[in-house]
Amino acid sequence: MEMSNSFLITTKDLVRTFPMGRTKIFALDGVSLNFKAGEFAGLVGPSGSGKTTFLNIVGSLDSPTEGSAVVMGKKIETLSHKQAAWLRNKNIGFIFQTFNLLPVYTVYENVEFTLLLLKMSANERRKKVMQALEWVKLADRAKSKPSQLSGGESQRVAVARAVVKEPPIILADEPTANLDAENSYNILDTMVTLNRELGTTFIFATHDQKVIKYLRRKITLFDGKVAKDEQVEPEKGKGEEQ
Amino acid sequence: MIIPRLAIKNLMGAGIRTWLNVVVLSLAFVIIIFFQSLYKGMGDQAKEAKIDIEFAGGQYWHEEYDPLDPLTLEDAHGFVPGPLQEKVDKGEAAPILVSQASIYPEGRLQTIILKGIDPKQTIIDLPSKFLVQEGDDVPALIGTRMAKNTGLNQGDMITVRWRDAKGTFDARDFRIVQIMRTTVETVDQGQIWIPLETMRELMGMENEASLVVVAKNTVNIPAVQGWEFKNLEFLLADIDNLIKAKSAGGSIMYVFLLLLAMLAIFNTQVLSIFRRRKEMGTMMALGFTRSKVIQLFTLEGAMHSVLAAIIAAVYGIPFLVWFDKTGFALPQGTDFGFALGEKIFPGYSIGMVVGTVVLVLMVTTVVSFLPTRRIAKLKPTDALRGKMS
Repeated sequence: MEMSNSFLITTKDLVRTFPMGRTKIFALDGVSLNFKAGEFAGLVGPSGSGKTTFLNIVGSLDSPTEGSAVVMGKKIETLSHKQAAWLRNKNIGFIFQTFNLLPVYTVYENVEFTLLLLKMSANERRKKVMQALEWVKLADRAKSKPSQLSGGESQRVAVARAVVKEPPIILADEPTANLDAENSYNILDTMVTLNRELGTTFIFATHDQKVIKYLRRKITLFDGKVAKDEQVEPEKGKGEEQ
Repeated sequence: MIIPRLAIKNLMGAGIRTWLNVVVLSLAFVIIIFFQSLYKGMGDQAKEAKIDIEFAGGQYWHEEYDPLDPLTLEDAHGFVPGPLQEKVDKGEAAPILVSQASIYPEGRLQTIILKGIDPKQTIIDLPSKFLVQEGDDVPALIGTRMAKNTGLNQGDMITVRWRDAKGTFDARDFRIVQIMRTTVETVDQGQIWIPLETMRELMGMENEASLVVVAKNTVNIPAVQGWEFKNLEFLLADIDNLIKAKSAGGSIMYVFLLLLAMLAIFNTQVLSIFRRRKEMGTMMALGFTRSKVIQLFTLEGAMHSVLAAIIAAVYGIPFLVWFDKTGFALPQGTDFGFALGEKIFPGYSIGMVVGTVVLVLMVTTVVSFLPTRRIAKLKPTDALRGKMS
């Protein structure tokens, strides 16, 4: 695998524009960022600052208009649909604001889903799924359907789904936006543990203060540009404010 | 095997929507097979009756003989040639002499076809045994349709007038010895059967015939000068065409039903693609390619027909077996224009069942695939936002 130095993710002068009538909007405007393995980083900033767009490009769900993004040694802008899908399947886990669980599948099947594309025996899959559910403390809800879960439980299933294949990168877009404080902290504690135990790189897009308290690196985006990129001391345990 | 597994899961997960589609589609299966079997049964029954009662293994026609043109009948007779007479002598063929004649039921002139047949023949299932002559009366056999039209009853005398071989008019009274019940209209309507030898004598046509019917499964069909062999394919062509015309008419109903089922599936697919965009986006984010998502959604739609085939088998097989045993009673007075009994018994074939299943499966797959083509243009980021690209 061709890697850019020791970085898992490298972006250089990343530009992403969207047409808006006759003009175009710059969602990202020359973003250059590098992420090492094991980082617990967050993109913060107001709505429209380009956080989700950055995650989408790094997650190979979208392509840059200009500039370059190299993820796990793969140039995102040159990947075919198939190669991008493979990169996501092998190396990237996603956690979404609205959980995005597949409604007709059980908790177990939702977590197993991502492993189905990897050539893995049923026994191995079972072992990994149960382990992931143990991590998020939902092993006893394996047979439940998403409709039977609370918001916090649903997001924990989403976390289990993201980590089950033990990807080097997990991208979490506003993972606590639909959760109450207690569930948010539970989820974040789980993520910190997984980051520490598995060495998974977590990159968040958030403007939730609860999440920001956990970050070790805070990147502030404003109007598609990096306004500040700083290493921060994370606050341990639950925060007081919502 | 991932795609089929997920497709089944999604299909089952869709609940009542799936089952409504499946039930409608299963009805389409059963009704298509029901109607096809009905028409096949009709065709088989009509052909069987025509073969048993009229055509047997085929007919040699005198070169002038044309059953559709009664005016030619005057000249449509000749000596039974040697090779055919040999067959007749061996009991492998039955000559029939045909001529035009007139009767006067209730004082009104009616043109009929007079047919002479050997009372002892066993080649066709016509009850010719009743034509064995005892005494001076010429025995005559008519069918129920002829009896109804002319008001004739068993034992009645009827005056028949004809022109003999020399063109001279002659007449005689015949006694109706039997009224036969037959499904084959073409040996009944407007016809009187009398003993062959008597007819030859009355007509002055010794050893002559208009056609010779050969026994079923006759392999040796010699070419005979002045006579033309008409095989079953030729003789049954009219019935085949009639059945085809009737099946085409009947197929409108099942095409309509199939369209309804397909509309339901198309609608479900279109709805799915609009309502499940987020699901598609999630699948793509988890590593599914667009083509895999298309495959999944197409298979989901197509699997409606697989489930429908299973459901159709559950209630359709007992129904069709029962129908095969009891038959379909035709309403009184129904006339299809060809030989049918009071009941139609369906005719099934593996080809028909497999053909129907394959047809429905193919149509369902195409209908399921069409709306999924939109997925090919879907951007994962738009899909995740629940937006269509």
